[in-house]
Amino acid sequence: MNENHTEIQKSDSQAVAAVPELTRSGPVVTPPVDIFETESAITVLADMPGVEPENLTIDLRENVLTFTATVSGPARAKEIFVLREYQAGTFLRQFTLSEAIDQAKIDARLTDGVLRLELPKVAKAKPRQIAVKT
Amino acid sequence: MLTRRVWPSRPTFESPFAEFDQLRRQLTRMFDLVGNGAFAEIGAGVFPPLNISQDADNVYVRAEIPGVDAKALEVSALGRRLSISGKREIAVESDRASYHRRERAEGEFSRTVTLPTEIDVGRVDAKYSAGILTLALPKTDAAKPRQIAVKA
Repeated sequence: MNENHTEIQKSDSQAVAAVPELTRSGPVVTPPVDIFETESAITVLADMPGVEPENLTIDLRENVLTFTATVSGPARAKEIFVLREYQAGTFLRQFTLSEAIDQAKIDARLTDGVLRLELPKVAKAKPRQIAVKT
Repeated sequence: MLTRRVWPSRPTFESPFAEFDQLRRQLTRMFDLVGNGAFAEIGAGVFPPLNISQDADNVYVRAEIPGVDAKALEVSALGRRLSISGKREIAVESDRASYHRRERAEGEFSRTVTLPTEIDVGRVDAKYSAGILTLALPKTDAAKPRQIAVKA
C-alpha cells in the first residue's frame, strides 16, 4: 500500500450492516462533508444544522468512523406548518479510515452547526536513508 | 407545481419522430406526477431550506444555514415579504492539505418568501444558534384570529 496516501471512503453498504435499525422515527440525512489530510492529521468537517453537542455521538472502532446526531423539532405543539422544506431527524455518516489514528488525541468541535473533527495520525518512525558501502 | 400541458399530443405524419416525442412527454408527465406527491416537500435545491409555521400570535421562520457568521446574515421584511440573504464562506485550510471530499457549498444566497399574514415589522425577533436562523414574527392585530361570541 502507498504509504503517503490515505484514502477515506464512504461505506454505504457497511452503514447498513453496522448500524442497527434506528428506534427514532424521522428521516436519516447524510450531511455534506469536507475531508482533507495533511502530513499529521485528517480533518473532517460536516454540516449538521440544529445539532447540539449533547446530541452528537462520534464513534471510532476498527477503523470505521461513525458520527450520528439527532435534531429535535420545535417543542411548541401549537404551531401549524405552512411550509416545510426540512425535517427534524437523524444525521448519520460513516467512513472507513485506512491509516492508524491516534485515538487519544481526537478533537471534536461543534460551532454553528458545523462539526470539525481532527484525527491525528499515529506518529511513525522517520524514514532513514541507509548508506550503502562498497 | 401546476403546469398546463396540451395532452395527449396528436402524432403528425410530418415528423417521423413523433412517436418518440409522445413517449418523452409521457415520461415527463409521469415524473411530474411523482414530484407532486411524495417529494413535493423537498425544496428544489434552494438554499437555505425554510420551515414556516404559525400559531395564534406569531409566524415562525426557521432556516438551516450552518457555519455562517451571524453578522453576515441579512434579514429584511416589508409587508408580507420576508427576505433572507447572506454569504457563506469556507475558510481556506493550509496549502499542504489535500482534499478527499469537498461537498460543502459556499457562496452567496438570497431567498424571499411571502408570509401567510401581515406582520409587525418593528417587533421581529431574530436568533442564530447551532446553524439555524429562527425568526419570530408577531402578527399584526388585524391578522390575529378573534373569538366571536355566538348569541343564542
